[in-house]
Amino acid sequence: MTSPAADEPVLSVRDLHKAYGKVTAVKGVSFQVGQGEIVGLVGPNGAGKTTIISIILGILEASAGRVLIEGLDIATRRSRALQGVNFAAANAPLPGNLTVEQNLRIFGMIYGVANLSARIETLLEDFDLIRFRKTKCGVLSSGEQTRVILAKAMINQPRLLLLDEPTASIDPSTARDIRARILAYAGGGHSGVLWTSHNMYEVEEVCDRVLFLSRGAVVLEGDPKTLPADHGARTLEDLFVEVAHEALHEHGAAA
Amino acid sequence: MRPSRIGAIVLRQVYLLAGSPVRVVPLFAWAAIDIVLWGFITRYLNSVASPGFNFVPALLGAVLLWDFLTRVMQGVTTAFFEDVWSRNFLNLFATPMTVPEYLTGLVLTGITTSLIGLAVMLVVATTVFGLSFLTYGLAIIPFVFVLFLTGIALGVLGAAIVLRLGPASEWLIWPIPTLISPFAGVFYPLSILPPWMRAVSRVLPPSYVFEGMRSIVAGHGAPMGALAWGAGLAVLYVVAAGMIFTWIYRYAIRTGLIARYSAETVS
Repeated sequence: MTSPAADEPVLSVRDLHKAYGKVTAVKGVSFQVGQGEIVGLVGPNGAGKTTIISIILGILEASAGRVLIEGLDIATRRSRALQGVNFAAANAPLPGNLTVEQNLRIFGMIYGVANLSARIETLLEDFDLIRFRKTKCGVLSSGEQTRVILAKAMINQPRLLLLDEPTASIDPSTARDIRARILAYAGGGHSGVLWTSHNMYEVEEVCDRVLFLSRGAVVLEGDPKTLPADHGARTLEDLFVEVAHEALHEHGAAA
Repeated sequence: MRPSRIGAIVLRQVYLLAGSPVRVVPLFAWAAIDIVLWGFITRYLNSVASPGFNFVPALLGAVLLWDFLTRVMQGVTTAFFEDVWSRNFLNLFATPMTVPEYLTGLVLTGITTSLIGLAVMLVVATTVFGLSFLTYGLAIIPFVFVLFLTGIALGVLGAAIVLRLGPASEWLIWPIPTLISPFAGVFYPLSILPPWMRAVSRVLPPSYVFEGMRSIVAGHGAPMGALAWGAGLAVLYVVAAGMIFTWIYRYAIRTGLIARYSAETVS
């Protein structure tokens, strides 16, 4: 895949809409993820985060709007666009009946990774998985499975990495370790990361920019370190709770 | 189409088979038991029937070929079910892999696993019960070709049905060969069927194979024209099954079925 121009965003989401019948899950969402940038996508349950990620990954069709990955439209050039993308989601474990190494090999082949054996060795080492290489993924602990999912997500050295609550079910120590790895990866400057999380401490620590989603729309956007003060909140978590309460209140009034 | 992506689907099944004897045994065990059962039935029929008619190529050959079709279909659907059972759709379809690449991987997996079953059936049928494929002459090539294509079409169609209706619809898929066998004339000539059943038989490619097989055994030669028609139908069904799968896949992408695929969410 050819490298994009230095100023071209890795991901560009333009006026995205998704409706399921009369229910609108996403309405008019637009944002970009630049090279080397980590963007947080936060919001209460049902706000539309996973829907947006599913559309970006090409497993859900948008009702309207466009998703461009390195300039390629996911709707018309899906296979080519996804060549430089990968994802890790807490709700999408790898097949438990295959070993760690087998899973990495299969996904490496799907992405057409060059020097695959060497790449697998690097990832097994990076994610402390060498002793589990012959272990079936289904018998690993949550933390170990998360490391395998992240290793899979790195197999093709993606230009765009989508992380859907990657640290949702793991202990603080492992979560910190994973955050460090992702930061180091994005710090290389060539890849963008879109990160959803309910952990505001995590978002504040790793994200360069954060988008607050509520009922399918972006209601706030900014630097997670300055955004709370800008909106009269003490912490990012307080701001999150405020936004979530407002959404609930509006929903209740509408009903 | 990228060979490495197709290879990944086949390799996944090879890994599963290599790591699980439970998956290997069904590839040949039931087929072998079928041949043994029908082998003894044909021996018994040969002993009580009038001399001059050999039930082995007519009946045992039919069982073997019908089992082959069933194995091909099961090979394709089982490879698909592995993704259903391990809830792997999200991981798989969020990659650059295309539907034709995925289906080709399933079909190659089906070929590999069904050939194992076919080899075991051939060994048992020829060595124990004296079945000789030389009886059928060169017509065995179109026989196998038509049944092979029909098995692929049924397998892809079965996968499409489960993709649309959810994992709980698995039980609908396995009996499909049994459902069409009365119309395919596996064990009897189509002439004994009522007219409406014969009309259905005419659109089933296997019926041309089994009619052709009986024609050869009766000494009338292979009806190559009818076999060509059967082969044409089988090719048509493979294309149609692929189109149906693609259509359902697009429906699943449009509605979000792929993203939340599980027994609980699919209606």
